[in-house]
Amino acid sequence: MASQEILREEPSRGSFINDPRIRSLFFQTLVVILLFSSIWWIVHNVIENLQRLHIASGFGFLKSRAGFDISDTPIAYTSDSTYFRALVVGLLNTIIIAVAGIVLATVVGFLIGIGRLSQNWLIRKICTIYVEVFRNIPPLLVIFFWYSGVLAVLPPPRESIHLPLGSFLNQRGFYLPRAVWGDGSWLIGVALLLAIAMAWFVAHRARQRQRATGQQFPVFWTSVALIIGLPMLAFLLGGMPLTFDFPKQSTFNLTGGFWIKPEFLSLLLALSFYTAAFIAEIVRAGIRGVSKGQTEAAAALGLRSAPILRLVVIPQAMRIVIPPLTSQYLNLTKNSSLAIAIGYPDLTATAGTVLNQTGQAVEGVFIMMIAYLVLSLVTSFVMNIVNARMALVER
Amino acid sequence: MQEHDMSWVRTEMALAQPAPPTERGAYAWVRKNLIGSVGDTILTVLGIAIVLWVLPQIINWAFINAVWTGPDRTVCTTASQGGIQPDGWTGACWAFVNAKFGQFMFGTYPIEERWRPILVAVLFVALLVPMLIPRVPRKGLNALLLFVALPIVAFFLLVGGVFGLPHVETPRWGGLLVTLSLSFVGIAVSLPMGIVLALGRRSKMPIIKWLCVVFIETVRGIPLITVLFFASVMLPLFLPEGVSFDKYLRALIGVSLFAAAYMAEVVRGGLQAIPKGQYEGADSLGLGYWQKMGLIVLPQALKLVIPGIVNTFIGMLKDTSLVLIISMFDLLGVVKQNFADPNWATPQTPKSGLIFAAFVFWLLCFGMSRYSMYTERRLDTGYKR
Repeated sequence: MASQEILREEPSRGSFINDPRIRSLFFQTLVVILLFSSIWWIVHNVIENLQRLHIASGFGFLKSRAGFDISDTPIAYTSDSTYFRALVVGLLNTIIIAVAGIVLATVVGFLIGIGRLSQNWLIRKICTIYVEVFRNIPPLLVIFFWYSGVLAVLPPPRESIHLPLGSFLNQRGFYLPRAVWGDGSWLIGVALLLAIAMAWFVAHRARQRQRATGQQFPVFWTSVALIIGLPMLAFLLGGMPLTFDFPKQSTFNLTGGFWIKPEFLSLLLALSFYTAAFIAEIVRAGIRGVSKGQTEAAAALGLRSAPILRLVVIPQAMRIVIPPLTSQYLNLTKNSSLAIAIGYPDLTATAGTVLNQTGQAVEGVFIMMIAYLVLSLVTSFVMNIVNARMALVER
Repeated sequence: MQEHDMSWVRTEMALAQPAPPTERGAYAWVRKNLIGSVGDTILTVLGIAIVLWVLPQIINWAFINAVWTGPDRTVCTTASQGGIQPDGWTGACWAFVNAKFGQFMFGTYPIEERWRPILVAVLFVALLVPMLIPRVPRKGLNALLLFVALPIVAFFLLVGGVFGLPHVETPRWGGLLVTLSLSFVGIAVSLPMGIVLALGRRSKMPIIKWLCVVFIETVRGIPLITVLFFASVMLPLFLPEGVSFDKYLRALIGVSLFAAAYMAEVVRGGLQAIPKGQYEGADSLGLGYWQKMGLIVLPQALKLVIPGIVNTFIGMLKDTSLVLIISMFDLLGVVKQNFADPNWATPQTPKSGLIFAAFVFWLLCFGMSRYSMYTERRLDTGYKR
């Protein structure tokens, strides 16, 4: 304490040019002046350019009629709807493709990543080839490959490929049977919710009992029985209120059923297979990052190989895996903007159309940026919660 | 009682016995790696089934049934589609790639001027190869030539308009030329810019720090397409009337800014990994900020993050394919553009063209990642566990 005060009292600096505080103040002022003058210059130019092009600035255009059609509309939309609604449709499509892609990429990525650590030489090699191929090819190219290379050269609707369970594949997309829920199907939903609540309760009680008495309870199988059994029971009691709407072949097209368009399909396959290669590497690094001593110590405690994996290795591996996994999810969400290249109407594509129609470049790009930033922040937020639950609890 | 020493002690070690037959040779390897357990055996059978199902199809399509040369689409279509192949034929149409090879490499660069990009490529390789081989001396001069002299020479050679070379405007550039030139300039710009941004983010001056944070996080939060939109739609608005610059340059700015933000985070990771003692040691030697960073901290930090830097380069090379969305024609763009050529429109054309492009991208990216692994091993000073 004393020595610090003494030092403070003796400013032994030679010249004020060498004083770090003055220097820092000087540089920062310089930066601020430069920044503000360039911003002023840019704003000045933008205003002048907009006036010359007769474009009114502001977000008023959002309320006017869009006048263009969108092929995939999760919510009601016609060309008479507003620009705002068009952008919302685009945002919803982005969210749909991102969520579907994240789920598929995670499943494939974990399988491949675990496969790369397999004892089995053949499986290991197959997984390595997968990772090395997909990591080093641009995702846009993979999208085109599925879209123009594979799906576009499928047979026309009249010669559709029949797949099991009454589904069809042709150059217009993938047709699945659609479930039609009849009266009384709400019971099934209620039963499912109830089953989940009960399973959670059982797991909670089992954990308490194990802590108190050391006795274990087969939580996993009980939950499976509950979650499958209760809705099944409700289904039978409710008089089986479920029918399927099968796609039917007519002369030129298929009618009915659930139609997945080739744009969505190629985007989903390309994005998730591309991201899966990166997730596989993350998973592999995570599992290898758990030291061998952990496995051996668990074995010394008498655990079998399944509980070792479940209770010792995976929780520690997840700690290494989750942060980079989050950034892969963010990458997938951002890469979904490649949809514009094959005409899937995601946020970038619709915002691009709006931007071209109205000439509101500044506002359009601004909306895009804000939307993606918010999506990124939400994804990070959710993953941070997961991460906090997984994090090492230290004293 | 005199006892005879009956015990006998060996003076040399007994030779090690060979491992039992079950533990050596091909059979042991198979047993360990392919049929270790019931589950393993099932997986192996499944794996073999997949390989036997997929591999012959690929080999048939890509080599045995493939068409290598031909004048137009008839060689790659079946009789019912108006071609010469028997019905039911499927095979790669390498004839398409063959016929369009010049375009795939140079776009619509004038044919009589194509010696210029070829010369640039030769110079590039001639400078890059000695740069990559550690034993070749004079790295400093080499780097100067590669990163300063070559871009200047390449600029005048490719753009022309001086020394009697005809001017070739950038919309005529295309194919691998655009892919490689965009990535090279992007790499050359984004690394120093990323370093500056990373240093700024760790700076003690609050305003500079927050400017860098805002820039990095905003750019990292949005897709490259948005950045490219920004560069192609908004940049012209930012400039006074009459001043406009080339679309190619705009894409270049977009790609470089984008890569710089990612590079900054990679470099920051390296900076954070350097122990505080190194900074303090540099301070106590009386080094100034730039000397401290340039001589002590950055050499160590950059060495730590070589894999990350190369990954960013690879990402950037792959990302240059997105410029086709703002209607520029890089390798992928040119390939896709040629699907529409009625002379070559066959069901096999898109697949063949895309696989060719994928192969080129794959070679470049895979080569980079292998080289980075090699460098990492070479520079490893043994401090890692």
